[in-house]
Amino acid sequence: MNVPDDLKYTREHEWCRVEGSRALVGITDHAQDQLGDIVYLELPDVGDAVRKGEAFGVVESTKAVSDIFAPVTGKVVEVNDPLSESPETINEDPYEEGWLIRVEISDPAELGDLLDAAGYRKFVEDEAE
Amino acid sequence: MPLRTPLYDVHVRAGARLVEFAGWEMPVQYAGILAEHEAVRTRAGLFDVSHMGEVVFRGPRAMEALQRLFTNDLSRCAVGQAMYGCICRETGGIVDDVVAYRRAADDVLVCVNAANRTKDFEWLRDHAGGAEVANESDAWAQLALQGPRAAAVLQKLTALRLGSVGTYRFASAEVAGIPCLVARTGYTGEDGFELFCAPDRATRLWEALLEAGAPEGVAPAGLGARDSLRLEVAYRLYGSDMDDGATPLEAGLAWVVKFDKGEFVGREALVRQREGGLTRKLVGFTLTDPGIPRHGYPVLRDGKPAGVVTSGTKSPTLHLSIGLAYVPPALAAEGSAFAVEIRGRAAAARVVKTPFYQRKKGDT
Repeated sequence: MNVPDDLKYTREHEWCRVEGSRALVGITDHAQDQLGDIVYLELPDVGDAVRKGEAFGVVESTKAVSDIFAPVTGKVVEVNDPLSESPETINEDPYEEGWLIRVEISDPAELGDLLDAAGYRKFVEDEAE
Repeated sequence: MPLRTPLYDVHVRAGARLVEFAGWEMPVQYAGILAEHEAVRTRAGLFDVSHMGEVVFRGPRAMEALQRLFTNDLSRCAVGQAMYGCICRETGGIVDDVVAYRRAADDVLVCVNAANRTKDFEWLRDHAGGAEVANESDAWAQLALQGPRAAAVLQKLTALRLGSVGTYRFASAEVAGIPCLVARTGYTGEDGFELFCAPDRATRLWEALLEAGAPEGVAPAGLGARDSLRLEVAYRLYGSDMDDGATPLEAGLAWVVKFDKGEFVGREALVRQREGGLTRKLVGFTLTDPGIPRHGYPVLRDGKPAGVVTSGTKSPTLHLSIGLAYVPPALAAEGSAFAVEIRGRAAAARVVKTPFYQRKKGDT
């Protein structure tokens, strides 16, 4: 399980890379592995508002439908549009090419609620038990 | 505690992802559903389907008893031949869809769905009019080798001339020295075989098939690929596409209901339904809008509920969203348009001819 140290994580298996006032958001390596082959994706539009802990999109594998939850509240400033044509990119490269949206963060204090890499690793291990 | 097949340890060692299905802990995937699906369409895949049940009718009254419980016409099933059909209630509702393998004049093995092992056995026993019916589900393991290279791989391991075993025919033979019932049947739309053997030989058979198949690119395949493969050829899945509340006529299985064969359980109800007209039909459709249809999604007509999706997926072979749905007869003709409600959004759909995918003629 690949859990980069420089990212923050949710308990719903999203990651978040803080870039100043913005956050890049995707799903974790563990999440893509659990989902299996990803074949369909629904993402918000640029300008849409996302709210921490609420679903902002849907990822579907061959077998399963799964909501994607926002790690922070904010406004969508960029969407990884090519993914809708090649959703398997999320399986292949969940932390780089497979990013989902870029968000302008409304309340930086929310970042404190996210897990660091060690915390997320432990969370996944505990969940497996 | 879920049930396990004799191959459970083999699956764990192979790194399979296990899920509970119909009370069984089964491999849903090994390398990945898409890769396994493609292996079956282009080379061959090996499935553990030991969760399927086997109910055996034996003795002088076997054929007469099963003929009264089966919608297809067993009198046209020769020894060494297999036949697909339904077992119905008096209401016409489907108890199960099964494959009957006629092993001798007075011996038929009925392969039933895993979820229905007990229900089917009890139904068949209780309606067999005293004929000898045995639940041999625990006495059989079953492996399915499916795909265009299946025959070539299997031929390496058996003296049985597979060229002499036609589609829906079977024979008893040793495979890798293991006594098997070798049937040219399957649930993928490809050429292939289902091998029934003793549970304590299943691991050896599995390993021999994978070893013989390695040069051909044969891969183990799980229930995930089995489901997408069967849906591409519009094979029905009991419990998803039909149940005790659906009749074979509604489920598009009229071709296995032989009204002229004589009396059978459910016949009267099915005759009434045929004459009175259906209120719903199972149809194949593709989405023309983005999205993936899933079991349980509503079918909409003019924004109002008109039916329900029973199976759906993104077809790995065709790269289209495909599905089966119950719709009113007015929407059942090829080309009819309706919508599927996906998370509150209406996605446009169109009825198409099934199977969605058909293997090229000449590929046996």
